[in-house]
Amino acid sequence: MSGQIPLLVLGDTVLITIQVDLHDRLAVQLRDDLSALLARRGCSGVLIDISALDLVDSFIARQLATMAATARLMGARTVIVGMQPAVAITLVELGVNWPGLLTALNVERGLAQLSEDHGVEQPRA
Amino acid sequence: MVWSNPEHEHYDVASQEDVVRVRRAVQGYAERLGFSVLDQTRLMTAASELARNALVHAGGGEATVEAVTRGLQRGLQLTLQDHGPGIPDLELALRDGYSSGDGLGLGLGGAQRLAHEFEVEPLMPSGLRVVVRRWRGQP
Repeated sequence: MSGQIPLLVLGDTVLITIQVDLHDRLAVQLRDDLSALLARRGCSGVLIDISALDLVDSFIARQLATMAATARLMGARTVIVGMQPAVAITLVELGVNWPGLLTALNVERGLAQLSEDHGVEQPRA
Repeated sequence: MVWSNPEHEHYDVASQEDVVRVRRAVQGYAERLGFSVLDQTRLMTAASELARNALVHAGGGEATVEAVTRGLQRGLQLTLQDHGPGIPDLELALRDGYSSGDGLGLGLGGAQRLAHEFEVEPLMPSGLRVVVRRWRGQP
């Protein structure tokens, strides 16, 4: 249940596939690992694949939002991809609000979204 | 009147790993009771919020998962009990965005929205008991 979540660098993009049960400490560690990697490698996009997660509670939601905000400050855009339908419905019912967070249906569309946005500053809601 | 099944599962909540264990247990129980995937997700998410609350605000507690019936209804009941300081202002704690910890402040209110029934009662001399119930096959 412990261990680290690997960060894969593909060119300009960091790919994170979360495939373990996220407990709180692990989520915080992932956030810290990502910001350290961005500082080191200067990637401009982050793709977080949560298709293997069957649970996103308010704490995990907050950590994902914090990761995206931190990455943004370091010059990278983040797209969360692969959310399961039941997780999406539950998040809405839970009352989680993700202002400014980008999502896409799957990795392929997430990558497309990152390359479309590349170098273009877009106003954020 | 809610009848609870004598068969129940009991878990200590003393660490973050325990929070994960409780939500997995709730998921397994909900699956065995025939809940839909969406309902399993709702129940395990509520369990995660409540177990974390007990850990963060009360330093730990105990979770009980059990099958309940009321007439023809079949449901799952989750009880989180702790011996922490309790909640001074329950109405405030149920309001979204209110948090005394490092969350989104959606713990109690969020769990309430994911369940059909939700009860909070203070324990003597100190502590809190939160009960959530969800009935199978109901919107």
